[in-house]
Amino acid sequence: MRLELVKRKERSKTMALLSPVIAIGLTALAAAIIFAVSGHNPLVGLYKFFVEPLTQQWSLQATIAKATPLVLIGCGLAVCYLSNNWNIGAEGQFVVGALFGSALPVLFPEFESGATLPLMLIFGAVGGALWALIPAVLKNWFNTNEILTSLMLVYVASLILDYLVRGPWRDPDGYNFPESRLFSDAAIVPNVFGGTMSLSTPITIVIALILAVVLAKTLKGFEIRVMGESPRAGSFAGFSAKRLTLFAFALAGGLAGLAGTMEVSGGLNQLLPTISPGYGFTAIIVAFLGRLNPIGIIIAGFVLALSYIGGEAVQSAMGVSNKIASVIQGLLLFFVLACDTLILYRIRFVSHHAPAGEASHV
Amino acid sequence: MDTLLDARGLTKRFGDILANDKVDLVINKGEIHALLGENGAGKSTLVKMFYGSLEPDGGEILWRGKQVAIGNPAAARELGIGMVFQHFSLFEALTVVENIALALPDPGKMAELAKRIESVSVDYGLPLNPADIVADLPVGIRQRIEIVRCLLQEPQLIIMDEPTSVLTPQEADLLFLTLQRLASEGCAVLYISHRLEEVKRICHHATILRHGKVVSECNPAKETPATLASMMVGADVASVSAGAQKPRIGEIRLGLSNLSAKAATPFATALNSISLELHAGEVVAIAGVAGNGQGELFDAISGEMPVAQEMIRIDGRPCGSRSITWRRRQKAAFVPEERLGHGAVPGLKLSQNIVLTRHATGDRLTGGGFVSTARANALEKHIKQEFDVRMSHDDPEARSLSGGNLQKFVVGRELDRRPAVLVVNQPTWGVDAGAAALIRQALIDLARSGSAVLVISQDLDEIFEIADRIAVISRGYLSAADPAEEMNRERVGLLMAGGAEAQGEVA
Repeated sequence: MRLELVKRKERSKTMALLSPVIAIGLTALAAAIIFAVSGHNPLVGLYKFFVEPLTQQWSLQATIAKATPLVLIGCGLAVCYLSNNWNIGAEGQFVVGALFGSALPVLFPEFESGATLPLMLIFGAVGGALWALIPAVLKNWFNTNEILTSLMLVYVASLILDYLVRGPWRDPDGYNFPESRLFSDAAIVPNVFGGTMSLSTPITIVIALILAVVLAKTLKGFEIRVMGESPRAGSFAGFSAKRLTLFAFALAGGLAGLAGTMEVSGGLNQLLPTISPGYGFTAIIVAFLGRLNPIGIIIAGFVLALSYIGGEAVQSAMGVSNKIASVIQGLLLFFVLACDTLILYRIRFVSHHAPAGEASHV
Repeated sequence: MDTLLDARGLTKRFGDILANDKVDLVINKGEIHALLGENGAGKSTLVKMFYGSLEPDGGEILWRGKQVAIGNPAAARELGIGMVFQHFSLFEALTVVENIALALPDPGKMAELAKRIESVSVDYGLPLNPADIVADLPVGIRQRIEIVRCLLQEPQLIIMDEPTSVLTPQEADLLFLTLQRLASEGCAVLYISHRLEEVKRICHHATILRHGKVVSECNPAKETPATLASMMVGADVASVSAGAQKPRIGEIRLGLSNLSAKAATPFATALNSISLELHAGEVVAIAGVAGNGQGELFDAISGEMPVAQEMIRIDGRPCGSRSITWRRRQKAAFVPEERLGHGAVPGLKLSQNIVLTRHATGDRLTGGGFVSTARANALEKHIKQEFDVRMSHDDPEARSLSGGNLQKFVVGRELDRRPAVLVVNQPTWGVDAGAAALIRQALIDLARSGSAVLVISQDLDEIFEIADRIAVISRGYLSAADPAEEMNRERVGLLMAGGAEAQGEVA
């Protein structure tokens, strides 16, 4: 008895929807095994990790707050990945965006007006976009691999942030702690819906919905899909791969930068040496789990945010290291990519002997 | 006669499709046996089972009277079955002898192998220099390497998949001599080809497959290409009529003047001052062996490879550096050689693939940046009907269509625009006889209605069927386009083999 992958004639729509569900199921199974091996009751572990955060209002709010940057970054990354631009550096674009956005309240703390916050958000988006354009330009002009360049720039960005909060941007009244001054009220993203939710969340949802329409209905969305699947056909259609690379990176960087600014001005209210628990990397998983579709990404962002809150929950309740969250996120991406194979292939059980190797590629 | 291979009731199923349905086939020693059929008739599946790369789901294979299970290609070679593939599997950076050594189970010393290669290749009239680097060799010689590689293993049956599709007529003649020599020595050849003329000329016996079943067997020498074609298709194939209506030549619609371009990669071909004037009302065909600059020429005319502005004119307007979209707006249309991945996106539905080339040509497919799905669907239905594109369900992804049907769609998508200038690269490559006739007739009809049609093709039968004038491309040089009635196969063959180069340099 042997498994064989048989190519489907067309993409299976059912599998495209089912694959992330199967992946989540397999991840839960793997997590249960990890809990069991480390000497905990797997059912209790799964409950604390995946279910309990949904039962209380404070943890639900915390989950939504964590989901917001993930969704915003994930939407930008989806445009990159759909168009075959492998931007792995959203974490760096997030940080640089936060730096650009923070420049105003840190350097000009007296500038307090209705324009402060909007200007910060714009700066943040511009900063993230500029940072993302570096790997895009390198790719277009020197044919460098954008996976490497965008990833390396993450570390450059973190070190710049580290330098600024320990050096020039350190709070003069901060007793030498490595942190910037606190933002003024005019530089803080307000809460809405009776204070239960940051304004960042509705902004993110609106952007995701707009992007969903752009991708599904417009010629630009068509261009993005064509270029991703078949660049040669894209250039035959009259689209420019280089221009699209610039567009996709700038958009993804812009959204990541916006997320970075909203994070520092909507929760931390100052710059710290570390401002992100790896949002830029987790958003990669969000983008794929969400089928590179903004609506799917909203759901996937929520699932991944849950893993952060769940990681904290199992740490405090059961004494499991909160690194379990990273492990589970990694497993999830692994299973999603594996299950995606089933979209274009189906499994066939072969019971008798067949020639090795060459049978499956027909 | 001695029976070499006797296949009984061979069956192979892929999912829901029965690729081979109880196929019986007998090959005798010393016989050149043709395997004919339309695309998708199951020829490749059948020979892959003989060569051990596929395992039959049912039936049996007898080799010299004994039942055998051919588990893999190595086992096939051990029995004495060799195969020459349509697409070569050679390493371009290696020499001839190195390439052959890689394929042999026990190559021995290089110097000795080189000697053996030389003697076998000379012996069979396929001279090879073992020290040559493959990248420097033309396609015809590369095929020789594959054949010699096969011969070194002293096979009793050689399977050849469309061996002449990459050869000049003269090179093909040489190949035929070799095959006849092999047959006279008792070796059998299983010969797959779409070129019915050559099947009639060299094959002793033909088996015809349709929808995975053997539908008839015959002696091709006693048939005509037309009767062979109708056996393959199962109906009479409409003959294409170009000569019935003499073209009314109009003004110049597409002009190429001193079109030159450097090779973009080490394996691409440079274009060398190509000049050609294409008039309204005529079909001009460019013949040539694959890889002599056809793709580069197509890309330059379509605008995917920009060149100097004055090198290309459409209806008098210089456009060498204009985008493909600009040229489409001048009512030019293009059909590239590769259907999937160039002419169409595999994972997009057909209706979306219409948007691919027609989003900017005033077909109301886009408005305010949005794509009109309704309009795309309507066009898709129209093209499907007009060009008889067959599909299992409505508006499928492009990848699920068979080659011939997708080609009808890709050509139909452009013809439907009634373009003023149409450039087609390999319009019927891999397309079955019925669909090919339909496409060729449509090209002629378009020209007669006042458009200019440029056909780039490797198929000489096709070229003589439809062209008003014929030019030949060789190593990036183009010969003068002469009226078809002044050309014949021999002249075209000489131009293919380098004559075009000499002529192009003088011009």
